[in-house]
Amino acid sequence: MPTKIEKDAVSGRDTTGHEWDGIKELNTPLPKWWIYTFYATIVFALVWVVLYPALPIRGATGVTGWTARGAIVDEMVERANQQAPMLNALRGATPQQIVADADLRNFALAGGRVAFANNCAGCHGAGGQGAPGGFPSLADDDWIWGGKLDQIRDTIRHGVRNTEDEAARATMMPRFLADGLLKPAQVNDVAEHVLGLSGRATDPAAAGRGAALFAENCASCHGERGLGNREMGAPNLADQVWLYGGDKAAVVHSIAYARAGVMPSWSTRLDPAVVNMLAVYVHALGGGEAE
Amino acid sequence: MGRIDPADRTAPPPEPSLYASRQKVYPRAVQGRVRRAKWAILAFCLALYYLVPWLRWERGPGMPDQAVLADIANARLFLFWIEIWPQEIYFLTGLLVLGAIGLFAATSLFGRVWCGFTCPQTVWTDLFMWVERKIEGDRNARMKLDAAPWSRAKLARKAAKHAAWLAIAAATGGAWIMYFQDAPTVTREILTGGASLETYFFFGLFTATTYVLAGWAREQVCTYMCPWPRFQAAMLDENSLVVSYRAWRGEPRGKAKAEGIGDCVDCRACVHVCPTGIDIRDGQQLECIGCGLCIDACDDVMRKLGRPAGLVAFETLANLAASEAATTGLAPGPVRQVCGMKARQPVRFSRPRTWMYAGVLGAVALVMLGAFLLRDTATLTVLRDRAPLYVRLSDGALRNAYTLKLANRRRGEAALALALDAPQGFRLVVQDSETDAAGRPLLALRPDGVTQWRALVTAPAGLRLAESTPVRFRLLDAEGRTVLSERSVFLGPK
Repeated sequence: MPTKIEKDAVSGRDTTGHEWDGIKELNTPLPKWWIYTFYATIVFALVWVVLYPALPIRGATGVTGWTARGAIVDEMVERANQQAPMLNALRGATPQQIVADADLRNFALAGGRVAFANNCAGCHGAGGQGAPGGFPSLADDDWIWGGKLDQIRDTIRHGVRNTEDEAARATMMPRFLADGLLKPAQVNDVAEHVLGLSGRATDPAAAGRGAALFAENCASCHGERGLGNREMGAPNLADQVWLYGGDKAAVVHSIAYARAGVMPSWSTRLDPAVVNMLAVYVHALGGGEAE
Repeated sequence: MGRIDPADRTAPPPEPSLYASRQKVYPRAVQGRVRRAKWAILAFCLALYYLVPWLRWERGPGMPDQAVLADIANARLFLFWIEIWPQEIYFLTGLLVLGAIGLFAATSLFGRVWCGFTCPQTVWTDLFMWVERKIEGDRNARMKLDAAPWSRAKLARKAAKHAAWLAIAAATGGAWIMYFQDAPTVTREILTGGASLETYFFFGLFTATTYVLAGWAREQVCTYMCPWPRFQAAMLDENSLVVSYRAWRGEPRGKAKAEGIGDCVDCRACVHVCPTGIDIRDGQQLECIGCGLCIDACDDVMRKLGRPAGLVAFETLANLAASEAATTGLAPGPVRQVCGMKARQPVRFSRPRTWMYAGVLGAVALVMLGAFLLRDTATLTVLRDRAPLYVRLSDGALRNAYTLKLANRRRGEAALALALDAPQGFRLVVQDSETDAAGRPLLALRPDGVTQWRALVTAPAGLRLAESTPVRFRLLDAEGRTVLSERSVFLGPK
């Protein structure tokens, strides 16, 4: 397509010889250093391909041996080294000591938040909100096994009714109907009495009959007035928090067939420092009890 | 390349190439009014650049005492008594907007004064050329030296020049670092080898760019790299004062003693002093940075010839056209000169364009000033916990949790009491806080920092609540006045 290179009358410059519909292009040459800079970037790219993994070919790893995964691992090791002194301190401290030290406490709260999200939130929900069907809220003030720092830590360490930890919290509630300890009518009466403990009985006569049965069968664990016993993991039946539902059908089911929530032992899975951080974090969710 | 030597117009067309070698420019030294102004501005700009990091400003214990400091590590920008936090970076944006509009306004009034007088590329190139002239001599000596074969003397001169350039470049790169780190400390660290790798990297980077851009690239930066010359034409109009050759007076050019010849004696002094190597007599062109050195060069020649100065001058295109029209047909000589100058109108600085720039400039400046004067010295942010939305307590009460963030830009220690505007019976507890005499939580403010608190609000059992109840957190000073307040909601079951 280039035609004739002419000198433009107005500017005194040459044209490139290109012409479109009578429009000719002036030649405005690029400085040579510009094109040399471009060549330099090509050389740079070639060097890059030799040094680093740049080609989508198996084995084209680059002579420096650099990998994205290796860089991440290096960074993780570096971060772990940075955290090591803090984690050592957390490992050796009691939860009370951690809470008393502002630096340790802040570290434990931040680390506990992450560890909780990774390990606990699956059952207990984000922020410890709990879930229906036996996953207790950790943000309220109702504790089955105790809400003090040490009690929370022990529950995390050993878990509840699991088979992997000798020290797991292990008490079981009898299945009053299934095991033949109570008859269906008696279960109904006890349920009415239990509802009455929180002021919700619908049948005063049945509740009255249930009181005696409750004293005989339940009070040894749940207490005479149903306030619960944390040593036994027997929940408070007189409050407004119901782990398995507080309507009559749910209470009847609990008495008849019992409930036995399970939680794994975490001392076998997590670093003691992480368990300590989790205890401090859970304690600070809003329901932690003072020493 | 736009530079065409008039002598080349008759030469046979060269073999066309899409790439051209750079024509090295050897600007000659020049004296005069514009040059003096340029030296003064150069001295001022360089002094500002090199000395500002050394200004001290007492800010109290634990705070940097450098007057101007961009503290990246601690995310603070210090400007004397002003302290900018990252979330206030729009002040910096506003300054850049002001700078851009100011540039447009200055260009529409006086042409490319920024390029010619204050642009760092021009200032440092001028400084480097001054050093070059001191070591290698003026234009002719430099051309001769470059053309001469390599010898010990030539090598010595070239080495001395590049050493001096590198020294200036290193000082420039070092000064740049000082805007980001404490100047005395980082200077000592750089000199003793104790600075961080990043510091040396940026020190080297800015040293190298200064050396390359001001020593080697020079006018190539303005012509090929800088976007500003490409669209400056949009700011210019026929009433802008730009460096112009008064062709109506100078043409036809020729020998001083020849008959019927204009005032231009074609001595090429204007071309020889030009830092971008162009001929101003070709008219407005992209490469002209508006430095006005050709004015000084031409005035000097005119004075020697006993002719009026101002053959090359800061002149508007409108006046050029008026003079041209008034002198058409007049023979060269004093009459033409007087008629042409008489036809000039006073420069119209007051134009819709300049008023618009002034208006926008004033509006942005006012908005920024207002925002700056009204900016809070402390801010309260309330984040409601979303998991759980609410907590049912054993006695049937409902509880919501909130994260309060208190950013305090003042430096004094202070504590503010937190009050809650909510329906009767709501209780407010802030974890880890002390309480004042009235039982309200006291939130300690960290000087120049952010503190975070977790507030628990409990609605008593039995209260009939809508799903969402508006609440308001208020921070009270010691006299009980509300300093800050922030709205939120209290959520309950549907």
